[in-house]
Amino acid sequence: MKRLIAHSALALCLSPLAVHAGSAHPQAERNYDTYCVQCHGVHRNGKGINAAHMSVQPRDHTDSKAMSDVPDDEMFKAIKEGGLAVNKSILMPVWGKVLSDAEIHELVAYLRETCKCGK
Amino acid sequence: MRHFLSALLLLSATAFAADGSQLLQQQCAQCHALSAPPQTSIDRLWSRKGPDLYYAGDKFQRNWLVAWLQAPVRIRPGGEFYRHHLKDGADGDAIDETTLTPHVKLDKDSAVAVADALLALHTPAPVESGAYKGAAVSATMGAMFFGKLRGCAACHQDAPGKGGMSGPELYTASSRLNADYVYSYIKHPQAFDAHVWMPDAGLGESDLQRLTGYLMQLKSGAKP
Ligand code: HEC
Ligand code: HEC
Ligand code: HEC
Repeated sequence: MKRLIAHSALALCLSPLAVHAGSAHPQAERNYDTYCVQCHGVHRNGKGINAAHMSVQPRDHTDSKAMSDVPDDEMFKAIKEGGLAVNKSILMPVWGKVLSDAEIHELVAYLRETCKCGK
Repeated sequence: MRHFLSALLLLSATAFAADGSQLLQQQCAQCHALSAPPQTSIDRLWSRKGPDLYYAGDKFQRNWLVAWLQAPVRIRPGGEFYRHHLKDGADGDAIDETTLTPHVKLDKDSAVAVADALLALHTPAPVESGAYKGAAVSATMGAMFFGKLRGCAACHQDAPGKGGMSGPELYTASSRLNADYVYSYIKHPQAFDAHVWMPDAGLGESDLQRLTGYLMQLKSGAKP
């Protein structure tokens, strides 16, 4: 019986519908986990391992209010061309030479999902 | 007969210790790529157990290698790959030191042999030889560019405890790394690994010279 429970729990975890965060954008989630977490944090709250030493704090991507003020095209530009391109801090880097436009569009969609501030 | 056998064993052990490339294959290859991977990917970054060494000959200074291999100290505060070594801290993410293990240590003879074997690795690395011109850089100016103006300090420390933790420390760059490697890496990190988590900032020549000069002229380990 125990084995059965363990097996079905495993099956649940593996089933794509039961992915814990339930993201509709798994590729963007993977990119975020690789490139953005260092500053924006494992919990997407702006508290990555680099944040403590930074003079401008990384944006809290779970902050629905602040994130809903940033339109999609600005978000796209901030990620592709860096903070300076949208009159924000240079500490938000340029990602356009690492990520394709398609990947950045998907990240924008993923961030809308993360902030629960979709339109 | 017993004596003869153990003498033979001892002999082969020393001969073996002097063979740096064999040592590399036997003790290092499980964590380090010694030849260029056929392709890179995000998955490879996540499963890598140590930094790539296949372009070590273009990257490291010999004295540093010989010394470090005998007494390794941490270079990447968050280990490799940093994402495997995070935990919840008091105020945000923190490095989980308990998951970072000490690096293997070599005796002097093995360190020399391995260093020379590493320095012979020159798999097509995009290091532009002679790129760094070596002009003097004011430390104050350099620090300003490294920090405020170009944002390198978000991920790198230029003094112990000062700066970000997702990239290797750079306060020992001047004794550890070759200047042309530093220049080439800053210019285009993705040429070394297409998926590495250091962005290409698209810097111009004067920034590249200034930042390389700043790092190469920093006294190793100087206090903030
Ligand atoms: C080196 C640290 C760092 C990394 C890595 C980083 N960011 Fe940022 N990010 C920042 C900082 C700092 C800000 C806040 C800028 C400001 O408010 O001036 C920011 C702000 C943002 C914003 C808000 C922009 C706006 O217009 O308000 C978005 C969106 C964003 N980051 C997305 C990302 C994504 C996606 C990634 C990964 C591909 C990423 N960031 C990686 C530091 C970083
Ligand atoms: C269990 C895995 C493991 C083994 C085995 C191992 N290393 Fe490492 N090595 C690492 C890790 C992880 C780092 C990164 C350490 C840091 O940044 O502080 C590293 C860093 C290094 C560096 C510095 C690389 C850089 O780019 O900064 C050198 C040189 C090196 N190792 C050589 C060796 C040699 C030579 C051997 C064999 C005698 C060896 N390593 C065996 C995991 C390993
Ligand atoms: C978003 C984080 C981030 C930013 C910003 C960043 N780097 Fe890096 N840097 C890294 C990472 C990650 C590596 C390589 C990590 C690895 O291979 O383990 C690296 C590697 C390097 C290296 C090679 C060091 C070595 O030991 O091999 C140099 C030199 C360097 N960076 C300089 C800079 C400079 C100068 C800037 C500013 C223009 C900068 N970096 C901005 C993350 C960053």
